[in-house]
Amino acid sequence: MAVREEKGAPKTAARGAEDNIAVIRDLHYSRGHRRIYEGLNLEIPRGRVTAIMGPSGTGKTTMLRLLTGQILPDHGSILIEGEDVAKMRRKQLYNYRKRIGMLFQNGALLTDINVYENVAFPLREHTDLPERLVRHIVLTKLHAVGLRGAWQMMPAELSGGMARRVALARAIAMDPDLILYDEPFVGLDPISMGVIVRLIRRMNDALGLTSIVVSHDVDEISSISDRTYLISDGRVVASGSPEDLQDNCSAVVMQFMNGMADGPVPFHYPAPDYGEQLLGRDS
Amino acid sequence: MKRIFQDIWYSVQDFLQTFGSSQLFLVRILAGVPAAFLRPGLIIKQIHGSGVLSLAIIGISGFFVGMVLSLQAYNSLARFGATESLGVLAALALTRELGPVVTALLFAGRAGTALASEIGLMRATDQLSGMEMMAVDPVRRVVVPRFIGGVIAMPLLAAIFSAMGLFGAWLEGVMLLGVDEGAFWQQMRSQVDVYDDVLAGILKSFVFGIAASLLAVFEGYNSIPTAEGVSRATTRTVVLTALAVLVLNFMLTAVLIGEV
Repeated sequence: MAVREEKGAPKTAARGAEDNIAVIRDLHYSRGHRRIYEGLNLEIPRGRVTAIMGPSGTGKTTMLRLLTGQILPDHGSILIEGEDVAKMRRKQLYNYRKRIGMLFQNGALLTDINVYENVAFPLREHTDLPERLVRHIVLTKLHAVGLRGAWQMMPAELSGGMARRVALARAIAMDPDLILYDEPFVGLDPISMGVIVRLIRRMNDALGLTSIVVSHDVDEISSISDRTYLISDGRVVASGSPEDLQDNCSAVVMQFMNGMADGPVPFHYPAPDYGEQLLGRDS
Repeated sequence: MKRIFQDIWYSVQDFLQTFGSSQLFLVRILAGVPAAFLRPGLIIKQIHGSGVLSLAIIGISGFFVGMVLSLQAYNSLARFGATESLGVLAALALTRELGPVVTALLFAGRAGTALASEIGLMRATDQLSGMEMMAVDPVRRVVVPRFIGGVIAMPLLAAIFSAMGLFGAWLEGVMLLGVDEGAFWQQMRSQVDVYDDVLAGILKSFVFGIAASLLAVFEGYNSIPTAEGVSRATTRTVVLTALAVLVLNFMLTAVLIGEV
């Protein structure tokens, strides 16, 4: 599939391997007897918003866990800045993680401390900055996500959208090079969703980050991503700009992008005949 | 029959695997102990959580255990005309056995379950994964301070339990049953040895503190990240701690007395 010029990409610059912050080659991963990835290849371009999409259960979150070294692949390599994550020692892995931020699906805020302390947490753990500077950074990050006024609130007092924005402020507290978003739009009302969508794009451009967004919200992700990978059956079935995917004639891509129930990806989990089962003749 | 042996074999394997994992976990915890003392605020917070918040249940239980001990002992001692020995009996029973053992059992029910469920819920809500992603080792940040807090709190709670027990025994024996107050305290002073009795009790409660805190943090940390998984971890914490305390109590008593 031809890849069109991506949004905002320098037109003259040919994208080479050195422009990729992460490169995944021949990735194989199984959970129990279930194969999640079978020879998956993809590249994450530096300074861009890359979306990873796919039907539920295709291993999108697993991809983030592999990229961050929380789990190890069965085969293949995951290179971050040329370093294989699977071969990193614990200290090296922690140093790498200091340079990345991750937004969990549920925010993963520490529930026994307030919003301010949550955002300050990585700063207090990894730096000896004076309290005045910590305060300045925390308030700046909270202001960026529009929640400076909520600094005293406890996580239990926040709505889902607010919790995710606080988690986003915490994820950028250490000024990471790479930020990973795990289903950032799930369960959000239209206002919160719009805010988060714009924040991801704005922060990526303003802070010069590289963003990886795992999601299956086609419209939202299409509005902000530079490159999109569609994963199904353990492989990348399509990649390119959101427009490329919209124009793609592949049955899998069309089914996913247009939300069709019928297609190569079955809606129903394998089951015996409906009528036979209702009549109790399936055993 | 073959299946029964197979089940027994799997249970033994499971027990050995869990025991081995818990010992490796203890090594990981101990490796983090020196660094934890550089951040005393975290430990003090946990001593408050495990110790101070357990004071009510420990104090009230100790008081009533002392009272019932006094009541039972008075009726038995009265047959031999030895009611003056009530004080020493209560003191020895409380400092050597009841104080450390009952405190450990109550600790498992109050603080142990709180620790296991708190850490289990942190696992279930991705808080521990979040820490790992921020390059913060959850064992050092979450587990070690809670473990140290529990180990420090246990002997203090046992001492409070024994003190409240003695108060209960005095109230019941001296104030209500009419035992001579001078004899009650004098016999206690002369027959209770600081090393053999009081320090032995402190040693026991220290060991129980290690066992109870380790089991609580281990079960919580390794719980399955679901509501049922956290619930099972909490239950296992209480059951395993109770068994461990009773077995350890026999072993320690045998070693301290020097006879088996």
